[in-house]
Amino acid sequence: MEIIVCVKHVPEVAEVELRIDKSGRDIDRSGLVYDINEWDDYAVEEAIRIKEKFGGNVTVVTIGDENSDSTLRKCLAKGADKAIRITDKRINSSDPFIVAKVLSETLKKISFDLILTGVQSSDDGYAMVGPALAELLGIPHVTMAKKIEIKDNSIIVNRELEGGLGEVVEIEMPALITVQTGINEPRYVSIMGIKKAMKKEIRILSIDDLGLNEEEVGVDNSWLQIMEMYIPPVERRAEFIKGNPEEVASKIVEIIKSRGLI
Amino acid sequence: MREIIVLAEHRRNEIRDITFEMLTKGRQLTETINAELVAVILGKNIRDKAETLANYADKVLVIDDDRFEFFNSDIYQQALSTIIRERKPFLTMIGHTSYGLELAPSLAVSLNIPLVTDCLELEFSNGNLIATRQMYGGKMYSKVNVKKSESYIVTIRQGIVTPIEGKARGEIIELPPPVIEPVKKKFIEYVLPTVGEVDISSADILVAVGRGIKDQANIPLAEELAKTIGGVVACSRPIVDKGWLPSDRQVGSSGKTVKPKLYLALGISGAFQHIIGMKNSQLIIAINKDPNAPIFNVAHYGVVEDLFKIIPILIEKIKEVRKKT
Ligand SMILES: Cc1cc2nc3c(=O)[nH]c(=O)nc-3n(C[C@H](O)[C@H](O)[C@H](O)COP(=O)(O)OP(=O)(O)OC[C@H]3O[C@@H](n4cnc5c(N)ncnc54)[C@H](O)[C@@H]3O)c2cc1C
Ligand SMILES: Nc1ncnc2c1ncn2[C@@H]1O[C@H](COP(=O)(O)O)[C@@H](O)[C@H]1O
Repeated sequence: MEIIVCVKHVPEVAEVELRIDKSGRDIDRSGLVYDINEWDDYAVEEAIRIKEKFGGNVTVVTIGDENSDSTLRKCLAKGADKAIRITDKRINSSDPFIVAKVLSETLKKISFDLILTGVQSSDDGYAMVGPALAELLGIPHVTMAKKIEIKDNSIIVNRELEGGLGEVVEIEMPALITVQTGINEPRYVSIMGIKKAMKKEIRILSIDDLGLNEEEVGVDNSWLQIMEMYIPPVERRAEFIKGNPEEVASKIVEIIKSRGLI
Repeated sequence: MREIIVLAEHRRNEIRDITFEMLTKGRQLTETINAELVAVILGKNIRDKAETLANYADKVLVIDDDRFEFFNSDIYQQALSTIIRERKPFLTMIGHTSYGLELAPSLAVSLNIPLVTDCLELEFSNGNLIATRQMYGGKMYSKVNVKKSESYIVTIRQGIVTPIEGKARGEIIELPPPVIEPVKKKFIEYVLPTVGEVDISSADILVAVGRGIKDQANIPLAEELAKTIGGVVACSRPIVDKGWLPSDRQVGSSGKTVKPKLYLALGISGAFQHIIGMKNSQLIIAINKDPNAPIFNVAHYGVVEDLFKIIPILIEKIKEVRKKT
């Protein structure tokens, strides 16, 4: 099995106070800590597990700058065999269509049986790159996989629907599957893994290597352009309970008592 | 006249809420840009549903065909491509749902029509489409300008629009069965949700924990609070993903929808997939370290603090009250 996993290096924002940068179209990225996109971490784990069972290779691919190497190294340390980084300032990597396009041109030159992506990226949240890439490559896809079972020429996928409901579908290989969180338990990186990863090479490609030109991957050919970014408008802003923990707890008790809940 | 197409979503003999939400939004848009609202429904034995849709849309296009018995994006894509190529709608609206996510990107790529996903709001200015989206798990909003085109495709977030009763008397148009090329994907069966011992959707009080609970070893703390207060422990998705609580405790789009008298959100950021499942709770109190956590936009009361500093004291105080009464 030749498996490709598309991974994205994203800022961790859950506990960070985000600010807008000077352009007004992006966040201020200074001081942010980056890591692999959560969904992609599950995808990498799934790929490695399939490889461990059926043999073959796992190749991780990203479009990003040199800082993305830490995410690629992490994947290599976990057990991926090869890594490809596409780095080129001419690529408008904030556009999901362009990302899918550049990935498709990269993957057309490699042989594969299965491509895994995350369901969505935690920063942009388009949930678009996976199925768009499948269409560009002319292969079938299944999104939101909660379980993947490899057969001879096909794959049985449990995909998640709403409200706890799921469905089972069968798809012919080669195929693309987008992976949902919870499908497995991603492993941690071992010291051994890190040592091994140091020896593995990261292949770096530009759009020239892919036979693409600036126009094809730039703003002109992009579908989306962010005009403005802003802090969310308040819908029903909570009334904040202030004070030390003792006072806060008392106030909470008072509120729930006044509603007859205790 | 220009057309706005809404793809009706239905499953297991029911039209899904997102359909009415999109029809409501679509109706508002037709009024601003002078267009007709066209619902498209594909399925097997769906004529009654077409009648329902006719209350909302000016036209309802129906394909009633065995091949649409179950949703299969490959088959839907072929049928919908034909409709979009022929009618050239100004806009096609699809739900940002498990079905829409499977269908919209490949449909858009195959037709070379620009797509913007997970839209909260749409505006048109000089024929340009501008969409409002969220980024960074709801911590930022963005206005996105879509590449100028004769036709656009969007996916619409669930639970954003309040559907209103339809007053239209749309014309129902049956389309002939389309030619469908063989596909490489096959529906096999549904997998029903597992039924556990606890039904969080019928509890009056929920103590809901998120990733802020940090470790499995802290779950008993939430359980103690729940027991003291007379409630049940629920959670956000990562807690189920990690296997710390069973899946029937999950609140949100892929979990349960709950409306308790009290929803105590502990260390939950408030991603929309979570909020959609709990926003109608009667009283929401959220404890989170991050003052900008989106959960505070739906909570009635908020506490910006480390939950581990509050919970033990809260448990003691509730115990005191219980003793007195
Ligand atoms: C298709 C799809 C379906 C999904 N369905 C669901 C669903 O049904 N339900 C669901 O919940 N999610 C769902 N998600 C996931 C969702 O997008 C979020 O990833 C998830 O809700 C985040 O959970 P969280 O708030 O617990 O974690 P995080 O976003 O990581 O937030 C943790 C929060 O805890 C706070 N915190 C940390 N430490 C402390 C402390 N000591 N004291 C107080 N606060 C602290 C942090 O400030 C942060 O706000 C779905 C996603 C997708 C793509
Ligand atoms: N810059 C990128 N490089 C490689 N893969 C990406 C990139 N952006 C997105 N992806 C993949 O596409 C998935 C969905 O991303 P999105 O459509 O942006 O929500 C991610 O989980 C990744 O697997």
